[in-house]
Amino acid sequence: MSATEVLPRASAPDPYRLGRRGGLAGGAGGRSLATGHGEGGPASKRVIVGFGFWIFLLSDIVMFSAFFAAHAVLQPATGDGPHGRDIFNPVSIAVETAVLLASSFTCGLSAVATEARSQLWTQVCLFVTGLLGLCFVVLEANDFATMIAQGAGPQRSAFLSSFFAVVGLHGMHVSAGLLWLGTMMAQVFVKGFRDNILRRLICFNLFWHALDIIWVALFTVVYLIGAGR
Amino acid sequence: MSLLPAIPIVLLVLPLAACAGGVLDPQGPIADANAKILLNALEIMLAIVVPTILAALIFAWWFRASNTRATYMPDWVYSGRIEIIVWAIPLLVILFLGGVIWIGAHQLDPFRPIESQTKPMQVQVVSLDWKWLFLYPDQGIAAVNELVIPAATPVHFSLTSASVMNMFFVPQLGSMIATMNGMVTQLHLQADQPGEFYGQSAQFSGDGFSDMNFTVRALPQDAFEAWVAGTRGSGPALDRAAYLALARQSRNVRPFTYPAVDPGLFQAIASQELPPGPGPQAGAGDVTVRPVPER
Amino acid sequence: MLGKLTWDAIPWDQPIPLVAGSVVALVILAVVAWIVLAGHLPYLWREWITSVDHKRIGVMYVLLGLVMLLRGFIDAVMMRSQQALAFHAAGYLPPEHYDQIFSAHGTIMIFFAAMPLMIGLMNLVVPLQLGVRDVAFPTLNSTSFWLTATGALLVNISLVVGEFARTGWLAYPPLSELPYSPGVGVDYYVWALLISGVGTLMTGINFVTTILKIRAPGMSYMRMSMFCWTALASNLLIVAAFPILTATLLMLTLDRYLGFHFFTNEAGGNMMMFINLIWAWGHPEVYILVLPAFGIYSEVISTFSSKPLFGYRSMVVATMFICLVSFMVWLHHFFTMGAGADVNAFFGISTSIIAVGTGVKVYNWMFTMYGGRIRFATPMLWSVGFIVTFVLGGMTGVLLAVPPADFQLHNSLFLVAHFHNVIIGGVLFAGFAGLTYWFPKAFGFRLAESWGKAAFWLSLLGFYVTFVPLYVAGLLGMTRRLQHYEVAAWRPWVVVAGIGIVVMVGALACQVIQLIVSIRRRGELRDVTGDPWDGRSLEWATASPPPAFNFAVLPEVHGEEPYWGIKRRAIATQQLAAEPRYAAIEIPRNSPTGFITAFFSTITGFAFIWHIWWLAAAGLIAAYAVFVWFAWRDVEELVVPAEDVARLDRARRQAREAWLAAHAGAGEPA
Repeated sequence: MSATEVLPRASAPDPYRLGRRGGLAGGAGGRSLATGHGEGGPASKRVIVGFGFWIFLLSDIVMFSAFFAAHAVLQPATGDGPHGRDIFNPVSIAVETAVLLASSFTCGLSAVATEARSQLWTQVCLFVTGLLGLCFVVLEANDFATMIAQGAGPQRSAFLSSFFAVVGLHGMHVSAGLLWLGTMMAQVFVKGFRDNILRRLICFNLFWHALDIIWVALFTVVYLIGAGR
Repeated sequence: MSLLPAIPIVLLVLPLAACAGGVLDPQGPIADANAKILLNALEIMLAIVVPTILAALIFAWWFRASNTRATYMPDWVYSGRIEIIVWAIPLLVILFLGGVIWIGAHQLDPFRPIESQTKPMQVQVVSLDWKWLFLYPDQGIAAVNELVIPAATPVHFSLTSASVMNMFFVPQLGSMIATMNGMVTQLHLQADQPGEFYGQSAQFSGDGFSDMNFTVRALPQDAFEAWVAGTRGSGPALDRAAYLALARQSRNVRPFTYPAVDPGLFQAIASQELPPGPGPQAGAGDVTVRPVPER
Repeated sequence: MLGKLTWDAIPWDQPIPLVAGSVVALVILAVVAWIVLAGHLPYLWREWITSVDHKRIGVMYVLLGLVMLLRGFIDAVMMRSQQALAFHAAGYLPPEHYDQIFSAHGTIMIFFAAMPLMIGLMNLVVPLQLGVRDVAFPTLNSTSFWLTATGALLVNISLVVGEFARTGWLAYPPLSELPYSPGVGVDYYVWALLISGVGTLMTGINFVTTILKIRAPGMSYMRMSMFCWTALASNLLIVAAFPILTATLLMLTLDRYLGFHFFTNEAGGNMMMFINLIWAWGHPEVYILVLPAFGIYSEVISTFSSKPLFGYRSMVVATMFICLVSFMVWLHHFFTMGAGADVNAFFGISTSIIAVGTGVKVYNWMFTMYGGRIRFATPMLWSVGFIVTFVLGGMTGVLLAVPPADFQLHNSLFLVAHFHNVIIGGVLFAGFAGLTYWFPKAFGFRLAESWGKAAFWLSLLGFYVTFVPLYVAGLLGMTRRLQHYEVAAWRPWVVVAGIGIVVMVGALACQVIQLIVSIRRRGELRDVTGDPWDGRSLEWATASPPPAFNFAVLPEVHGEEPYWGIKRRAIATQQLAAEPRYAAIEIPRNSPTGFITAFFSTITGFAFIWHIWWLAAAGLIAAYAVFVWFAWRDVEELVVPAEDVARLDRARRQAREAWLAAHAGAGEPA
């Protein structure tokens, strides 16, 4: 058996003749000095940390999606227990929503203060953010306690199990966020606005706003749509 | 390169396999259709796979470094023609196979009745830990770990589970289907000739799982009726109390029958009106640490 | 005070785990004693345990994978021998024990053998191939490894304290719920996977960020090596799929610990939802395993064919195609659950479609060999063995994708043979190929070829003798996970499979001997230049082993196969490129964070399993405290002075100059 293909011309340095236009990253990436794109070389630490944290947030959203999917499947499985509209407290939910959205706003304010390198206002805004977050958690815990006292706890039906799980998962994320917030306030106080502290603040901001977005989805799917069934 | 070629082994062995009972020795229309599709798909795939494997071995051997007759083409890294072919071949195969899949999945869906002149017989199946309960709603009897059916008659199975997930499977008669507590699945099978077939659970269900096999006996119509009549003779009836006793975990249960059955029993099991069967009650030390199954 | 934990937890009544556990405990004690008494602990702590260097972490991952492969393999030997003996007999393993063995076998092989093997090789190689110094988050990397080790540790502890799950490796409810599995077995399973799952997810985040954001200057996407592309696809899958596993296991945990009703029989729980969720993770998982394996084959086949990879672009497209479609096929794992014809047909067709991507890859490897000058070193043998074996396994997979065929073969030994066919032929062979290929890079000397080849041939033989009979047994109707059986027709096949496993034991012995012999003869097997195979990608530009900073100066990449271009120029001009200006290099400092976090995670996991609530709380608090303490350190980097960089790099250059001189005028290497 012999190789019947035509031999190509003599050794070219780039046998695929790709990368002419800077590769897949698009035309701009090829020639520019922008790091972290195409041929620009390694990205800066700030970009790396931010990007990595975004990927983490996406993975967290996937985890929430699984719980959302479970809730969608189990929403009708109320058994002999109450439906959503029987137990949801619209006032409480509205207040929780307002409080959480407000905390996102104050978190944004703290980011502005950080840009201005103001220790005082960063701490003040972070503190208010934490306070509002704590309000949210306390209100939600209170809601849960009330429901359980009414006999509508997670052990009652599959619907209630999935409700407590998805809402509770969000609440646990907020609580973990509060722990993180306290730690960040301490770090900013002790170490000031060093590069690594600034990177961590960016991550915290991303996390806090992501929790807000998830709450909006939760509110819509679980409370609004759920109460309508 | 004396690689042990697996293809001849597989091809040699398949006809051997057909001699004994099993998937390639169908005894009913469902199993027959399933086996035909399996072999068709195998033929289609072998037509691609055998030349591919041979080509890979030939290339590897011919272009070995010590072979000075082979042409060395160190810059040959792309060919449009080859590109089209390597995408097209699998795509064409898949298109063809896709047709087989679509048609086969619809024609052989377990929920789909068998076309026949004979009126189908009803059997209700409950998987327990670790035995099978077969209820005959029209005959008013029941059997444990033995399924007797008339030959050449389509049988419509309604299946549920008393506890955990199991899979009702008689390889020579056809498809398997899951059994789940609180739900009813459906299956249609038929034994063309009288005979004895092996049945089992195909979903692991706990420590007694290996005992969850049963014999399927297909009898001529009159023999079947004689068997039904004989069953009505002796033994306790299957009422709710008897069922609850049966639902407790036990292994290696010898086949036996019930002369009478509570008519609403299957419905009560399937709707969870009767609670799911209990789990292990004893442990080495504590049941919440290391449970030990019933002996 | 100690929850459910009492002396009864130890299986006094079961001699096999008792003896096995004692032997393992003694061996571990002996090893630890030797390490401490011989004074190796400071070295081990400084250079390995607290290392955040991707090369060290990669080696530790591979070591973990190999040790757990051994453990999982012993489980397999027990399973095969039990089945060979248990025809109309009870065998030597009672069901309570046998059920734990096959559950542990599957769990260990997937999570603690195959994953660490692939992740370890990705750790070792990807930053080197990208031409950079380390991954994006080195300390996170260390934490990922130690959390994986925690999972492995918990599974192994279950052997002697309590029990392991008896549900199979995916723990379907309701069997895995409290009423039917009241023991601690499922809890061990759940916590081991929850903890190690966090580690794996962090690896995914780490590598996606590294590959997309940290590459040498000039390395656009289409100039990355194929291994880096498959690593990217695999890690994207990890990021997208592992959270689903975590969520599903959390739901099962809530059911078991707090009486929730996600999957219970009562109160509206839905066991089918567990199966959908777990396979929505489970199918991408097998691609997480096999994609890096494909990448390894791309590297090995092109290197040992002395040719660039054929059809690089379509390989990239096929890889990302597989990555995407792997999320659209999960239902083929439960055609028999009764979803109806339309749904079954859709997923059957999508499963066949994914075979297209794999087919393209196989043809591209074949055409890489075509027109090459193939050297049959051990890695190349594994690769050719892979092509034959994997194509057969893929074929049986496509057969199973046809619902009517699956209605007869689901959960049978045919299925078992299929997935072992693709995992052993695909992932395990790749692991050994990659191990042999990159061993010199990691340690500075090659593995002894003759023992490697013996291991290959015995593995190949052993695989076919073990699994072809299982295909037949499946066709004869034999279902999986049987502790005993009474069908005479199955017996000869099961016995032959038992013989096959003995051949595999021989193969394993060859691997162990290979390691021992190679270490003994490391002087003569030394890799002097750092490029023992005439490689084509950037890892071969470094010394073996590379210095901590990998490259004295990050390489400028001008085309595909960047190192090949550099090497060709050096050979043509008979000299290396000019010596660069050496500057000081910052590398990340070591950190005990990963190890300590894992330590407290082990305690927390164990405490949750045994319902020791105060200890679980203490463990969580301690883990958080470690995190804060780590976050508090001021100095994150270590500076390697320019003189050290220069010294190390000049040694590397000297070795290569010597090679050039010795091969002057030789032109192309043989």
